[in-house]
Amino acid sequence: MVIETTWLRWIVALPALGVLFNVFVGRRATGAVKLVGPGVVGAAFALAVWAALRRPEGGALHDHVYTWIVAGPFRAEAGLSFDALAMVMTLVVTGVGFLIHVYSVGYMHGDRGFARYFAYLNLFTTAMLILVLADNLVLLFVGWEGVGLCSYLLIGFWYEKPENAAAGKKAFLVNRVGDAGFLLGLFLVVATLGGHGIWTLDVATIQENRALLKDVAWLVCLLLFVGATGKSAQLPLYVWLPDAMAGPTPVSALIHAATMVTAGVYMIARLHFLYALAPAALAVVAVVGALTALFAAAVATAQMDIKKVLAYSTVSQLGYMFLGLGVGATGAAVFHLVTHAFFKALLFLGAGSVIHGLGGEQDMERMGGLGTRMRITFVTMAAGTLAIAGVPPFSGFFSKDEILWNACAGAFPVLGVIGLLVAFLTAFYTGRLFCMTFFGECRASEDVQHHLHESPAVMTLPLVVLAVLACAGGFLDVPGLLGGEGHEAHAPLAFMLLATALAAGGLGLAWALYVKWPGLPSLVAWRLGAFYRLVRDKFRVDELYDAAVVRPVFALAEVSATRIDPQLIDGAVNGAGRVVSATSGAWRRYQTGNVQHYALSFLAGALALLGYWVTR
Amino acid sequence: MTPPLAWYLGLSAVLFAIGVLGVLIRRNVIVIFMAIELMLNAVNLSFVALARSSGSMDGQVIVFFVMTVAAAEAAVGLAIILSMFRNRETTNADELATLRW
Repeated sequence: MVIETTWLRWIVALPALGVLFNVFVGRRATGAVKLVGPGVVGAAFALAVWAALRRPEGGALHDHVYTWIVAGPFRAEAGLSFDALAMVMTLVVTGVGFLIHVYSVGYMHGDRGFARYFAYLNLFTTAMLILVLADNLVLLFVGWEGVGLCSYLLIGFWYEKPENAAAGKKAFLVNRVGDAGFLLGLFLVVATLGGHGIWTLDVATIQENRALLKDVAWLVCLLLFVGATGKSAQLPLYVWLPDAMAGPTPVSALIHAATMVTAGVYMIARLHFLYALAPAALAVVAVVGALTALFAAAVATAQMDIKKVLAYSTVSQLGYMFLGLGVGATGAAVFHLVTHAFFKALLFLGAGSVIHGLGGEQDMERMGGLGTRMRITFVTMAAGTLAIAGVPPFSGFFSKDEILWNACAGAFPVLGVIGLLVAFLTAFYTGRLFCMTFFGECRASEDVQHHLHESPAVMTLPLVVLAVLACAGGFLDVPGLLGGEGHEAHAPLAFMLLATALAAGGLGLAWALYVKWPGLPSLVAWRLGAFYRLVRDKFRVDELYDAAVVRPVFALAEVSATRIDPQLIDGAVNGAGRVVSATSGAWRRYQTGNVQHYALSFLAGALALLGYWVTR
Repeated sequence: MTPPLAWYLGLSAVLFAIGVLGVLIRRNVIVIFMAIELMLNAVNLSFVALARSSGSMDGQVIVFFVMTVAAAEAAVGLAIILSMFRNRETTNADELATLRW
């Protein structure tokens, strides 16, 4: 059942109004930005809650705003659809988004670009809401590109530093690669359905007519998945996400952990009926997800930058979600998306609080012993750590367990085993992060220790709320809410015990290595030698891409700039000019500019005409 | 006893030829301008003579138009010459040859 409304659009419009305010008024009214920036997102959240209450059981709310594109037979509407999946996403985007907006008021306090920051953040919220609420793939693509733009703008927010600007550019370019695949997928859908007289990308219409797409479904799914690997940072296009940590920490929490990077997961969950037609494409999704999870978790164990650990952790957790999607457990994947949004936003904001308290320090080598100095951050981060490690009854346990059990019970149990290994690694690297930050001796300099302080309430309050969500989020029945996924099995008790044991083992190992015997890690690293250095250097993938892609492209550009452009292109243009001036050189001598010469040729012409008429 | 038509036309042709030569040969723009006026009046003369001999008024009417145009042309032309002289301090046609490639 679908109910037509005319107020759903305000969920999108409110943050958009916030953008206008922050752009045009914000710079002169910083005090108002503090209220308007988070306020519009809070209002959108309230409206989303209202919509969730009004949504009919098992149905959707729909809002047709206007007819956007009419091109020949092709039509695209600007329409919003609020079904169960969109509801979950909207509540996460506006709810977590609101908390992070509030946190940002404290974190960005006194920054020169305060209004600009909130303009970008509100613009991001607008684009993300368009993405999740769009009822057709064209409008979804608008949101898809919009969040990419905001990601670029916010990574390079402190653009005075060249490496920040470079990180933004890298994110944008890597995403372009994925988006090209996404667009090709859309073109293929339009062309195939258009061949049968259906000229639309409306999701409901595609679902009704999915039988027509049977032959090309595998290619469509793979192309769309290329887009998802770009946006959701999967192998091989994940490289931009760790660099994206150059942006302000709340941005890392909102865009590069909780919401935007889950767009690929959302898109595949939205089109799961299409993926169901292509088991081969689903297998690719599952394998890529599992490998990404393992790869990123391994890298995370050897990073020293607190935000880099969390960034690779995000890549790894996104891999879990794709693994869930790939084995057909859509509900579990979206469930993990939600719980991940809670605990990863919490971990990032907690890390931001630590960085804030230490005056910008991000290296875990110079942290430690903060547990007693930053009580609230310590306790909330503990909740986040237990949640991501998968300790019951924290939220991560439930969602991760469902994915892993479905993977083990699916067609490729080996993927489930990889997933369990990743669960152990996850517990280890988060435990390591937690221990190095909050336990042991404080390794910060005297000066930094002197200024060490707990963050203000505007920052700790969102932490507390998120900590509560990270604790209790596992009791939300997201898979049940999405419905129709009855085949998703719930894990048996033995499996739960195994997963819990792995989580406890990982955390225990981290405790042993980084609190009990702090001399041991360097010994282990020394023993592992080259392998350790390989992991610490992130398997040197950036260097590989640099050699395989970036430098050849630069070389090609160099050839174009020094050979093709000046010689071939300029040669053709200048050659054409030279031919014209050579042929016209003779003629232009007749244009002396002297009136009497012209008058003489008048006379000659007149006499010639006269002679012609007389002698004829 | 009026002179025959041929005399009038002959005078007109002579005046016109003088005008053409003046335009082509002289270098002073004002003289060139006067030579153009001379050509116009040569044509006027033949119009009037032909109108008289054929008994039609058409030619005389045309002459009024020509005189009107000549007056307008004189006003515009003299204004151009004046401003050229102000800018270039010359009325020599050979030196006013910059309006070209």
